[in-house]
Amino acid sequence: MYMPDFEYHAPKTLADACVLLDELGERAIVLGGGSDILHKLKNGHLTPEHVVSLKHMTHLTEIRHEEGRGIVIGALVTPHGVYTSKILQERYLSLPMASHEMGNPQVRNRGTVGGNICNASPLADLPPLLIALNASVKVVQYAGERIVPLEDFICGPGKTLIKRDEILTEVIIPDQPATGSTYIKFGLRKAGALAVVGVAVAVTVKDNVLADVRIVMGAVAPVPMRAKDAEALLRGQTITDVLLEQAADSAAAECKPITDLRGSAEYRRELIRVLTRRALRKAIDEGHV
Amino acid sequence: MINQTITDKDGVKRYLITLNVNGDARTVLVKGNAILANVLRDELNLTGTKKGCELGDCGSCTVLLEGKPVDSCMVLAIEADGLEITTIEGVAVNSKLDAIQEAMINFAAVQCGYCTPGMVLSAKALLTRNPHPTEPEVREAISGNLCRCTGYVHIVEAVLAASEGRLSPGEHEYLREEGVSI
Repeated sequence: MYMPDFEYHAPKTLADACVLLDELGERAIVLGGGSDILHKLKNGHLTPEHVVSLKHMTHLTEIRHEEGRGIVIGALVTPHGVYTSKILQERYLSLPMASHEMGNPQVRNRGTVGGNICNASPLADLPPLLIALNASVKVVQYAGERIVPLEDFICGPGKTLIKRDEILTEVIIPDQPATGSTYIKFGLRKAGALAVVGVAVAVTVKDNVLADVRIVMGAVAPVPMRAKDAEALLRGQTITDVLLEQAADSAAAECKPITDLRGSAEYRRELIRVLTRRALRKAIDEGHV
Repeated sequence: MINQTITDKDGVKRYLITLNVNGDARTVLVKGNAILANVLRDELNLTGTKKGCELGDCGSCTVLLEGKPVDSCMVLAIEADGLEITTIEGVAVNSKLDAIQEAMINFAAVQCGYCTPGMVLSAKALLTRNPHPTEPEVREAISGNLCRCTGYVHIVEAVLAASEGRLSPGEHEYLREEGVSI
């Protein structure tokens, strides 16, 4: 399969990479695991003159907890790394479970969390759950760094707020009172399937009352979409089956699905209704799963 | 570590990299855009690694990179510089087939054979980290390897049998009812 020519760079440090990107600007792209980038190079969607690989930045393959910041996931952590992370299994088991539903074993060994975000596919599996968990991303460049809420960072299909001279280095999940979270993906097969629809929720339950809730729907809008009407309906209310049904109806009404080869808009809307109800019930009853 | 680059008259750079393939350090000169699957096949003559979809869906180009299965069609050769790679040619030791290979032959788990190298490597990675997997674990481990002949039942049987050190089927093993897996 055709691959365009480019010059390859593998800077030793993040600082070196930033200097390089500052110099190359629009002519360069940043390479993480390559699962998405190589697709785009092969099908001609990307024709960079330079490719800057992050492969020497081994410190970006770690997951750790930092006092006052929360859980910090390095951009180069693979889905397999998320799946096997002790710290995530203990605090937010929903993330390892969601990452295990991505692609297939080969892709999970090679893809990266940072790439899953920067590729900004509307049907990506990790962003909905990360947004439900109120995650932010850190992007660095030569002139400095900034932290952006993930919800704002992804701004269109394949579009994020990242500039060509910036590198996404960390995903930060703040410490929070959420008592449960989950991501339910509906794919057409058990493995190697893209989401027809995905629903992520994070709930804070106190004495059978939903103190707080975040619902994020994947693959039914140009970006992972908050079901804000459904959230407003639930917030502060006592949990009943009827209430969860109403919230599910509301989420289905709010989403903006399209018809494509994986499913019709009507089918997706119905899936949102069913999966939202299931996800809420699961996170309320079982915690972070 | 890339320690040498050569630029030709058209300004295209080539990089001298070292791939540790099946225990041998192989030094090759590659362009930045060279795909690992192509370098293994075309430069190193390791044609056991097959190419199918070339987009990371089918798994026929599976190799082990630092012991983990990856699609070699979705890795730049230069990204594998200095890393350990195992291809299907490196699974047999001293011309003695691995238990998985032996079992796949004896359990008739090879039909057209195109997916087999990738299947063997995915199974090898599984049995290395989990020597006694369950059937669902085997199916999960080979879920990134597509068999167009749909011969999954025998492949799963062979991997499970290999994990039990049972390299051939028993006498009545193929008299099972249709559609019933072990």
